[in-house]
Amino acid sequence: MALVIEMPKLSDTMEEGGIANWLKKEGEKIGEGEPLVEIETDKATQEYESPEEGVLLKILVQPGKAVALRTPIAIIGAAGEKFDLAALTGGGTKTAATTPAAAPTTSAVPPKPTAKPVGAPFGTPVGAPFGAVTVTSAQAAPVGVGRVKASPLARKVAAELGVDVSQISGSGPAGRVVLRDIEHRSGSGAAAAQSALVQPGVAGAASTTIPVTMMRKTIAKRLLAAKNDAPHFYLTISADVTKLEAWRQQLNGAAAKAAKAGVAATKVSLNDVVILAASRALKVHPEVNSSWQGDTILQHAEAHVAIAVALPEGLVTPVIRRADALGLRDIAASVRDLAGKAKDGKLSNDAYAGGTFTISNLGMFGIEEFTAIINPPQAAILAVGAALPTPWVDEHGALVVQQRMKMTLSCDHRVVDGATGAKFLQTLVSYLEEPMQMLV
Amino acid sequence: MALIQFREAIAQAMAEEMARDDRVFLLGEEVAQYNGAYKASKGLLDQFGASRVWDSPISEAGFAGLGVGAAMVGLRPIIEMMTWNFGIQGFDQIVNHAAKMCYMSGGQFNVPIVFRGPNGAAHMLGSQHSQSFDAMLTNVPGMKVISPSTPYDTKGLLKSAIRDNNPVIFLESEMMYGLKGEVPEGEYLIPIGVGDIKRAGEHVTIIAWNKMLHVAMAAAEQLVSIGVSAEVLDPRTLQPLDEELIFSSVRKTHRLVIVDEGWDFAATSAQISDRVQRECFDDLDAPVVRVNSLFVPMPYAEDLEHAVLPTAERVVEAVKEVLYVG
Repeated sequence: MALVIEMPKLSDTMEEGGIANWLKKEGEKIGEGEPLVEIETDKATQEYESPEEGVLLKILVQPGKAVALRTPIAIIGAAGEKFDLAALTGGGTKTAATTPAAAPTTSAVPPKPTAKPVGAPFGTPVGAPFGAVTVTSAQAAPVGVGRVKASPLARKVAAELGVDVSQISGSGPAGRVVLRDIEHRSGSGAAAAQSALVQPGVAGAASTTIPVTMMRKTIAKRLLAAKNDAPHFYLTISADVTKLEAWRQQLNGAAAKAAKAGVAATKVSLNDVVILAASRALKVHPEVNSSWQGDTILQHAEAHVAIAVALPEGLVTPVIRRADALGLRDIAASVRDLAGKAKDGKLSNDAYAGGTFTISNLGMFGIEEFTAIINPPQAAILAVGAALPTPWVDEHGALVVQQRMKMTLSCDHRVVDGATGAKFLQTLVSYLEEPMQMLV
Repeated sequence: MALIQFREAIAQAMAEEMARDDRVFLLGEEVAQYNGAYKASKGLLDQFGASRVWDSPISEAGFAGLGVGAAMVGLRPIIEMMTWNFGIQGFDQIVNHAAKMCYMSGGQFNVPIVFRGPNGAAHMLGSQHSQSFDAMLTNVPGMKVISPSTPYDTKGLLKSAIRDNNPVIFLESEMMYGLKGEVPEGEYLIPIGVGDIKRAGEHVTIIAWNKMLHVAMAAAEQLVSIGVSAEVLDPRTLQPLDEELIFSSVRKTHRLVIVDEGWDFAATSAQISDRVQRECFDDLDAPVVRVNSLFVPMPYAEDLEHAVLPTAERVVEAVKEVLYVG
């Protein structure tokens, strides 16, 4: 089975690697642990050893070229083996970033590279590096996936009851499934043995005790910490999106026409425009695109905007990376893609990593305005309400009806002051009311 | 039923066995004229005379060896160690001779001897006078080890120990000599190797012996207030352990906490824990948790000694841990 060799992360600070010299030629045999290629890192030139025995079937990157980490650089396999390059490498190579991306908080590239999986084999990745990022690390809930921690007794009882222990969320340490989790799940009366320890509940009512899932536990823990640690304050502003809506209808009309002509074009939602506008506003106001680090405040170079996606089991916030550099259609496509994957449970852990700002939109539920809880380590979150026809007094003092949308910015006062947050919102509103401003 | 002290239970057991069998004699420091350092042999010199109750010099190795020799030629000695902390002076005689003589002689020599004395900490006796030796002694094949917690268990088990043809180690406690308990009027024996459920319960098994049994019982009382019904199991004999009793209890409650005065490393409680995880693996809802003395030489200061020894509070915390409650 052909193996893709990817540009490895040979040092903590390495963002890209240059091929200095191939030590084997195409078609040559190589042993496991034998030096394969010399790679220039940010610190030095190092030999990289082959993780497998085989034949160097193909060199993908020539000496002198630099590529980003994890870019496929070679294929190793059996002599004469046929392989589908596009399938193995997921199509196309990545070019080196000109500005280093904000360091992802997930761990370094594993030393034994494998072909990029098309959808994680189990549907949901496990062993997520629970880095200091968004709530969504909870998404790697072990329910139904990977190795389940359960006490021997719990396993035995579950087997006897015909219950799948991997479907039960555990209340023991590290999520261990213990007897009471099985008993509560199966509604067995044996729960009485434990019930003596629990506050006597309401007698007779048909209440339901729902075991807390990993995701819900993590949401609870992280948002409680956010509320405790970050001194929140809230700024509300509304924007006249009449023009914006007209423009959006135009764009979508054109997209529909293109679709009829067989050209794919993404439709854009109002929220997509908010993401676009917010990401541009974050570049103008980097103080809002920052993280509290105790002794320092880290101002992020790029705006990685997380979007709140509601799932039946809870809330996740996948990240649109470098949203500030994406066009509107790309943002829209990204949102569709992330939301779809989130609903299918197919988001990789990278998708949750590194968000610098979050947007949550409850407009589709008719919510006019609301306040959201900041996702640590971000400094702010934007809560977007519904765009509604609203009676408004215009600059001439006349009563008019405008399509207005309220937004509330929650700010971490350790990082963002009132005036700073207010200025950010002013810029955001100016972009929404005069979208052309984003072009200049 | 008579209400007697632990020390009286010992004296009665020895007196009854010495009356029953001429070959039984008592030897140790202060056992005769002083009536025993802790009065555990009170009245025995008067009752049986100087040829049956001997005051030894301060030489544990010497009189332990003397006892082994006497046992090998047909007598049935009871050798008292004033405390097992001194008893270690006699370990070579006990471990290398008493325990191994039957095996090494191909069965030609039995050593029907009882080595008895107080074990573990008392009150502010310092590092060298506070150690618990059951881990070391249970670790040697060829001898039995008994560690009772009540006058009733003491009297019945000491009589069985004296009648046993093997070397038997009998571990008492200075702190319990004054403990009162009921014993039947007539003669009774308790078989060696049989444990006792001191308190029946459902949610957790707490195993404890010697003075820790009383710590466990106190913890069990405290646990009632949070709705936990604890089963307290006193093995009474440590070598051999009543494994069937232990396993049946754990299979019922699914959770085990062991309270052991000894330090945790390679303790008797570690042995019990291992046997339970091996034989009751599928019945355990939580890992076995042990409450031991902290791994330090026993401090002399009272508050530090209290901090080292297992307490009912620590046992309650351990029970909460295996029940997964806060």
